[in-house]
Amino acid sequence: MSNTSPLLDVSGLTKHFPIKGGFPIRRTVGAVQAVDGLDFQVAEGESLGLVGESGCGKSTTGRLITRLLEPTAGKISYRGQDITHASRKQLAPIRSEIQMIFQDPYASLNPRHTVGKIISGPMEINDINPEGGREKRVRELLEIVGLNPEHYNRFPHEFSGGQRQRIGVARALALEPKLIVADEPVSALDVSIQAQVVNLLQQVQKDLGIAFVFIAHDLAIVRHFSQRVAVMYLGKIVEIADREDLYGNPRHPYTRALLSAVPEATVDETPRERIRLVGDVPSPISPPSGCRFRTRCWKATEKCASEAPPLVQVEGNKPGHLTACHYPETQETVPAPRLSKDPEAAA
Amino acid sequence: MTSTDQQPFLSVKDLKVHFSTEDGIVKAVDGLSFDLARGRTLGIVGESGSGKSVTNLTILGLHNPDSTKVEGSIELDGEELNGAPEKTLEKLRGNKMAMIFQDALASLSPYHTIGKQIGETYRKHTGASKQEARARAIEMLRRVGIPQPDVRVDDYPHQFSGGMRQRAMIAMALVCDPQLLIADEPTTALDVTVQAQIMDLLKDLQQEFGTSIIFITHDLGVIADIADDVLVMYGGRCVERGSKEEVLRAPQHPYTWGLLGSMPSLDGPVDVPLNPIPGSPPSLLNPPSGCRFHPRCAFAEKVDGNRCATESPVLEITDGRGNACHLTDEQRREFFSDLAGSQAH
Amino acid sequence: MLRFLVRRFLGAAITLLIISAVTFMLFYAVPHDPARMACGKVCTPDTLELIRRNMGIDESLPLQYWHWLSGIFVGRDYTGIGRCDAPCLGYSFVNHESVLATVQDRFPTTASLALGSSVVFLIFGIGAGMLAAVKQGKAVDKIASSASLIASSMQIYFVGPVALYLLVYTTHILDQPSYTPFTENPAAWFSGLLVPWLVLALIWTANYTRMTRSQLVETLSEDYVRTARAKGLSRRTVFFRFAWRGAMGPIVTIFGIDMGVLLGGAMITEKTFSLQGLGMLAVKSVINNDLPMLLGVMIVTAAFVVFANIIVDAVYALIDPRIRLA
Repeated sequence: MSNTSPLLDVSGLTKHFPIKGGFPIRRTVGAVQAVDGLDFQVAEGESLGLVGESGCGKSTTGRLITRLLEPTAGKISYRGQDITHASRKQLAPIRSEIQMIFQDPYASLNPRHTVGKIISGPMEINDINPEGGREKRVRELLEIVGLNPEHYNRFPHEFSGGQRQRIGVARALALEPKLIVADEPVSALDVSIQAQVVNLLQQVQKDLGIAFVFIAHDLAIVRHFSQRVAVMYLGKIVEIADREDLYGNPRHPYTRALLSAVPEATVDETPRERIRLVGDVPSPISPPSGCRFRTRCWKATEKCASEAPPLVQVEGNKPGHLTACHYPETQETVPAPRLSKDPEAAA
Repeated sequence: MTSTDQQPFLSVKDLKVHFSTEDGIVKAVDGLSFDLARGRTLGIVGESGSGKSVTNLTILGLHNPDSTKVEGSIELDGEELNGAPEKTLEKLRGNKMAMIFQDALASLSPYHTIGKQIGETYRKHTGASKQEARARAIEMLRRVGIPQPDVRVDDYPHQFSGGMRQRAMIAMALVCDPQLLIADEPTTALDVTVQAQIMDLLKDLQQEFGTSIIFITHDLGVIADIADDVLVMYGGRCVERGSKEEVLRAPQHPYTWGLLGSMPSLDGPVDVPLNPIPGSPPSLLNPPSGCRFHPRCAFAEKVDGNRCATESPVLEITDGRGNACHLTDEQRREFFSDLAGSQAH
Repeated sequence: MLRFLVRRFLGAAITLLIISAVTFMLFYAVPHDPARMACGKVCTPDTLELIRRNMGIDESLPLQYWHWLSGIFVGRDYTGIGRCDAPCLGYSFVNHESVLATVQDRFPTTASLALGSSVVFLIFGIGAGMLAAVKQGKAVDKIASSASLIASSMQIYFVGPVALYLLVYTTHILDQPSYTPFTENPAAWFSGLLVPWLVLALIWTANYTRMTRSQLVETLSEDYVRTARAKGLSRRTVFFRFAWRGAMGPIVTIFGIDMGVLLGGAMITEKTFSLQGLGMLAVKSVINNDLPMLLGVMIVTAAFVVFANIIVDAVYALIDPRIRLA
């Protein structure tokens, strides 16, 4: 495998969910533009974080990559092979290499199956018989994810939330995947348990060299886990960069606003910069023209309404740091005063 | 909290809330005491099963009286609420004390318009007419920042966005100018940018009305933003109490310390593993003996004589600051050094 | 709402068309000769042929269906029998009667049975369910729950005769079941149907008790009910303004479908109490190989079920603003 070809290459990826309506015969009258023209790559062993608020299309993206959803347009290549519209049969050998971990550890495990059956399920479906038998492999996997191998015959309800998510991780690892799409894997867990699962995933990523697409709304956890991070807004990537660049030098106003809104458990003498976005995310059925963020952006001009900014390396960005904005932020940019709010000033 | 002789607005003393279930008695809250002064915000931190939500439902008297045993005292403005007749509590609820919940979509009736739900509270407590209640609802919606309140007042909750629903909930809770507002994870289900809006709104409204707020959350970041004082709950008990600065800068209980250490930050180191708290939150059916945190505590064996497993540490509060832990201050300074180091950046 | 109704009625018409076509094909595909049966013992080939032509069964199946279908809208002429005006559902050669006239004759019995018993089972079912839900876990709840379990496992053909024996034949408390049109004598109508109502209601009440209870228990644990209490509203207000509203939707749904079924005829009930409703009509048509009659009853029954569904959906939308009719 040469370094030039990424493990996963996504270009122009689009998913529109049709809306039915009309009278008297129902037909497609519009579309929810959940994902609209995404371009990104994931290298082998790398973790790409996808962040954004609800409705930004990050979960849909995860489901498109794993082909749980059929893309409307665009191309998904896995190790150079086009899998965008690959049939069930063509996908079969790849399915084992791309696995998914879900948010809800309660809903994503069949309550009537034992842990052994759940974890060996993928091996059964793909007719894989590891050396020493499936049971031996399952016990190994339980050990890897920090569960007692003796728990082979137990049922999901006998485990706590964190342990259940470990079972989900074990199941994803059963087929020795090359890429795991983790959709909010820790957001349903208690704070003290989140760190356990994040550590487990990080260890798995390092020890087994698995690439991750890590989808989450928690910016601190994404930063901790992902070498590169893409910020999504209304179905588009607005900024993508190495984590140091993205968190240290955010160029897109939305990235900056998002970061400034994260409450941090520190009591600083000098309060952090705060940018308060007004209003809500617009509907993905009829997103704003041009730049989709313009309706909430304090820098928006007519150009933003008429012209969609391309995702490019704007001036001052390091290579690989792409921003889709006509008026990118600089370190010194101070947001418009009506939107900034110093919490201590009022006191 | 400067003058100690001033009577607190809300005073909870040795509160015990036990549920009887088929499997046995769940000790959801087991001996909790705290005070809240007028105009202050108390942040209650805890994980699922820590008893933080139960405590607050009990303050409002919303527990199921058939299966719940409540002991101890809940005094609001000098009036005892535990054991008070239902009629008395009904007059206080929504009026002198109000509550906002986490999931605004589930917590608002899907069958009634927003305006009706807000106005209903107002009519119940003031005897206002339908027209007056509607006008008041519009006024409240305007105050919490809903655009076009005179139009949106006739919408149903499902026609609102997540952030607007939470605003409507707040409008409903504040319609009678309550003196105590209990907010149970009001921003957990919201996106960060909307969460920031809602917290600003709560702070503004508190400034305006001088409301006392109990803010329940599992997120220490939210606490840092909104609370004056912090109460950390674990396994139905208070393990640490203090001002926000004291608790977040110099935690005294290993659980608080562990929570702070297990959270990644936006500028901390990235290539080191997080420091999780091992194990899972305790079962309240069969809570651990002694200190309820001791099976997960990294320092339990450092305390002499196995005291953590056998002896419940007593919460001692001086000037609003205290903890329930057997560690000595010297031990703490020694063991908690890591955190001090990582926060020094 | 208007769009919804237009769309749904169009859909209903198509559904009924398909049902009638399939039923038509199924029954007429069965190898038998209704003409031979109508012909009697002395049957010359000429007579048989004549009867065939009169019945219209000498034609191809699609053509026969077309005649039947067009008869509904424009009426139909039967050679040797006469004109059957629109809406013509066909002519029963066994009973020598128009199908529509027979159905119209039987329908009041079935409708009286369905409506009367539904009044009884709604009142008792929902009442007991509410009581059980309010007194959750207490003795009242346990009695109501187990009584409804026992009642719902009963069958008409068992409860019916027992009730007849106890209430009518031995004690003479109630009258022998019979049908008198309401317009003729309301008192006789009432007393004649009281036993069937009670028996039918006994079994259906149980369903409604259990459903009302479970729906109410579910909505009472909803977050918005807790919010209503947190606003200072009393238990009673919360129960009737919030919980009951939430529980009503599913109950209306089931009731609508049940009514559709009941209006189509309760065969076993009618048989048990010797009432001549649509159910008995269907049974007799099958026994007599009376295909026009059977087809007529089937279509009328299907129409009730289909229209009950439309009404249910419309009512549900009135109860729950989240449902958008389109």
